[in-house]
This record gives sequence, structure tokens and C-alpha cells, in this order.
Amino acid sequence: MKYKSVFDIIGPVMIGPSSSHTAGAARIGRVARILFNREPKKVVVSLYGSFAETYKGHGTDVALIGGILDFDTFDERIPQSLKMAEERGMDVTFIEETAITDHPNTARLKLIDEQSELEVVGISIGGGKIQITELNGFELKLSGVDPAILIVHNDRYGAIAGVTNVLMKHRINIGHMEVSRKEKGQVALMAIEVDHNIEESVLDELRTLPNIIQVTRMVD
Amino acid sequence: MFRNVAEVVELAESKGVKIAEIMIQQEMEVTGRSREEIITQMDRNLTVMEEAVERGLNGVKSVSGLTGGDAVLIQNYIKSGKSLSGNLILDAVSKAVATNEVNAAMGTICATPTAGSAGVVPGTLFAVKHKLNPTREEMIEFLFTSGAFGFVVANNASISGAAGGCQAEVGSASGMAAAAIVELAGGTPSQAAEAMAITLKNMLGLVCDPVAGLVEVPCVKRNAMGAANAMIAADMALAGVTSRIPCDEVIDAMYRIGQTMPVALKETAKGGLAATPTGRALEAKIFGIPLAQGE
Repeated sequence: MKYKSVFDIIGPVMIGPSSSHTAGAARIGRVARILFNREPKKVVVSLYGSFAETYKGHGTDVALIGGILDFDTFDERIPQSLKMAEERGMDVTFIEETAITDHPNTARLKLIDEQSELEVVGISIGGGKIQITELNGFELKLSGVDPAILIVHNDRYGAIAGVTNVLMKHRINIGHMEVSRKEKGQVALMAIEVDHNIEESVLDELRTLPNIIQVTRMVD
Repeated sequence: MFRNVAEVVELAESKGVKIAEIMIQQEMEVTGRSREEIITQMDRNLTVMEEAVERGLNGVKSVSGLTGGDAVLIQNYIKSGKSLSGNLILDAVSKAVATNEVNAAMGTICATPTAGSAGVVPGTLFAVKHKLNPTREEMIEFLFTSGAFGFVVANNASISGAAGGCQAEVGSASGMAAAAIVELAGGTPSQAAEAMAITLKNMLGLVCDPVAGLVEVPCVKRNAMGAANAMIAADMALAGVTSRIPCDEVIDAMYRIGQTMPVALKETAKGGLAATPTGRALEAKIFGIPLAQGE
């Protein structure tokens, strides 16, 4: 089941005009912002399919950048986000791609500053719901429906056990889990879907564990 | 969790409760949130809808200038007393238009199930309100009932114009509204499902062809007709008319039609009204781009 909550259907409360192309886009931008953990200096957005064809008309551009400025779907500053990004000295580029993707509403975002670079691929599946399908080259198969957390960690023994122990202590059941790395012993990623919302205090506890670099809530 | 309309109807009828109640119970079970939290959130969504309708009835204009002000025209016409199709229908139409005009003006709305189709459910609700005088609680239930039907469509077919065309957006919204009107008017769960089936059948094949890619032309007027369609279908179902094709099979048909629909007619602004000479001219004027692109 792609949709689990009635509020995916009656909702979200949002700035118009399109739930998939505006609200969904804002959410993809915001997930990227949360994962980047700060305001980027430079943003490169590649748009595919219907996103590429109609982004100006739907405000997909202002919504994605609004999300990157940490605005929620109902934030009335969204229409002005491009101007606001410019005022803050953020360098923004949009690329209209012609490649065919699995989903018609696909965006690839690169967030860049002096310290690092982050690449996120998100799809907007309708009614404001999104899925993140790729993160820094790591493929993700998260449903985008259940509450999920993303944990960037050092690829060392015990890192995963440490996380699952904390979840066990708080009686949080894992419904789906993926672990991926690009090179042995380097940075790796855990993507964990759970059955209930995770309190901020649990995330804080996870952040104190050894070898954990970053903990981010992806779906509420 | 219910998977289709037949299961929703069966659950409601066997328990002797409204479909709204089935949706609320499922939401509690799936999210682990309390009934109070869930009702409060839906109450807030209802307030957003009320405010959007009110704002639209006072007249708005979109950034492109393509839409705005029609809700006011229809309300004035109702007041003239000359309406042919009836004040209640026209009131629903004007309120659906009002919501979508606010949406096009980048105002705040509640997606039901999407932003492009956000007018139908509130439009019909705030119109039948004058006839049926529901309590606030019953109005909130109206949204849960629509939500239950939208939930089934979203999971078994699609509510995205890019994936399934306008039939998936305004078509779904209209079916959701028709079912909720029936329940608010005292109809049975089966009658609600019949209303959904009758509505959606009449929106099958509807393409998504927004001029200049904007959620304005023809989206605002499709919400108007979606609201009218929902009102008539609700009346038909309440009269005892049934759909020969069961609701779940209509939803499945909508899904298959969406899959075989050409990409040019699925929210890409490459075909249909978007590709008409006037559609292209409007696009060029709004974005300052040369004509005859796409196809």
C-alpha cells in the first residue's frame, strides 16, 4: 500500500498550485536540506519527465528551493523562495533533462558548499507524497509511507547493533531496513523504516552512539 | 486495513457505522495516534478549506492572469435568481471554483486528494451545508468519508495527473465527494459506493492537459464540473440508482485507462488543450517563449 494515512488524501495543507509539483517538490527539497543539515551555497537541480516539462507553471522551482530553505508545504514564503535564495547568495541552477526515468515526477538535487556535497533523487508520487530513491549514490527502496530514519555511519563492526539496541530499548519495531556502503570501511548508510513515529529524544540517543555520523528523520 | 471499496462498505454495514468511522478507526490503528489528535487535524484541514472558499468568493487573480474572479460571477448570477440548473448545484460549482482560483493564485489550500482537484470536496460540502445543516462533527466526518474512498483509489489506481490523467485527479475527487454527500444526506454505505461509481464512470478518460503547464486552464472549470457531477450522482444514488459495474471495477478501469493514456496527455502540457493554437499563444505570452515547441 503506497498510501496509509487519510491525511495523505485529505491533505497536505499547502501553497498552490500542485500537490505533486509544488507540495511534493517542497518536501523533496526539505528532505535534501535536512540531510545536508545546513543551508547550501550552491544548488543544482535536474528535472525529469513532467517536472522538466511543466516546472515553471507549477512552481516546482520555487517549491524545491523553498524546501531547501527549510520551508514547509504551507509556508507562504514559497512563491518568493528563488528571490530569497538569491538575496542569501545561494547559486541556483536548473537543468531540464530529457532522459526517461521510472517515475514522471523525478528531481535530482545537488547541495554543495565548501565542506561537502550531497546528492538526492526524489520522486513525487501524487497528493504531495514523495519517495527518496537515491542518496549520494546509495540506492534506497524506502516506501516513503512508514516513518523512516536515515543514519550515516562509519562502516565498523557494532554500528548497526548499537542502533538496533536503542530501538529495541524503546520498543520500536523495524519494518524494513537497508544497509549500503560504497567501499569497505568507509562511510555507510542505514535506512530504517519503523512502525511508529520516533521521538526526537530517541534520535538524540542514536546520535551519541559510536561511529554514528548523522541521524535524520525522513518521513513523519 | 481495507483494500477496496467492497471491504469498506462491508465493514461499515456489518458494524452498523458510517464509513467515516471506519476511516477514523483505521487511522488510529495505522498511526497509533489518538482519536482526538486525528479529529483535531481534520478539523484544521476543514478550517483551511473554509478560509480558501471564503477568499475565493471575495475574488482572487492568479499570477499569470489566466484565472480568477469566476466564483464571484457565479455567486452574483445565483443572487439574480435566474439560474436554470438550481442554486444548490451552482453554489457547489462556485465554491469549487473559488478554492481552485485560490490554489492557482498560490494561496493556501488543503489538497483533496491533490491541489489541482482541491475544489470539488469542499465545494460540494459547503454547498450542501445550507440544505442539510450538518454539525461541525458531521462536516469533519464528510472529509473522513471522502478520504476513505480516495484512499482506495490512491492505493489501487492513482491520484496523480502525471500518472493517470485528470480522471485520476478531478475524477477521484468527484467520486470521493459524491460518496460523502450520500453519507451526509443519510444514505447507506452501499449507496455511497454507487455514487462514487456513477461519478467516476462519467470522468473516465479525462486527460490532464494544462495550458502552459499551469494548474489553471482547464483545471478550475474541471473542478466546477466535477462538483456538479458529484451532486447529480449523489442524488441518483440516493434515488436508488445503482451502477451495473461495481465501484472497484470502475476504479480498476480508471487505472488501466491511465496507464494506456499517451504521455502528451498526462500533465506534460504537450497535448490536448495545451497544444491548441490559443493554448500555445497563452503559454508564449506568459513565459515569453517562442511558439510551436513540444509535441
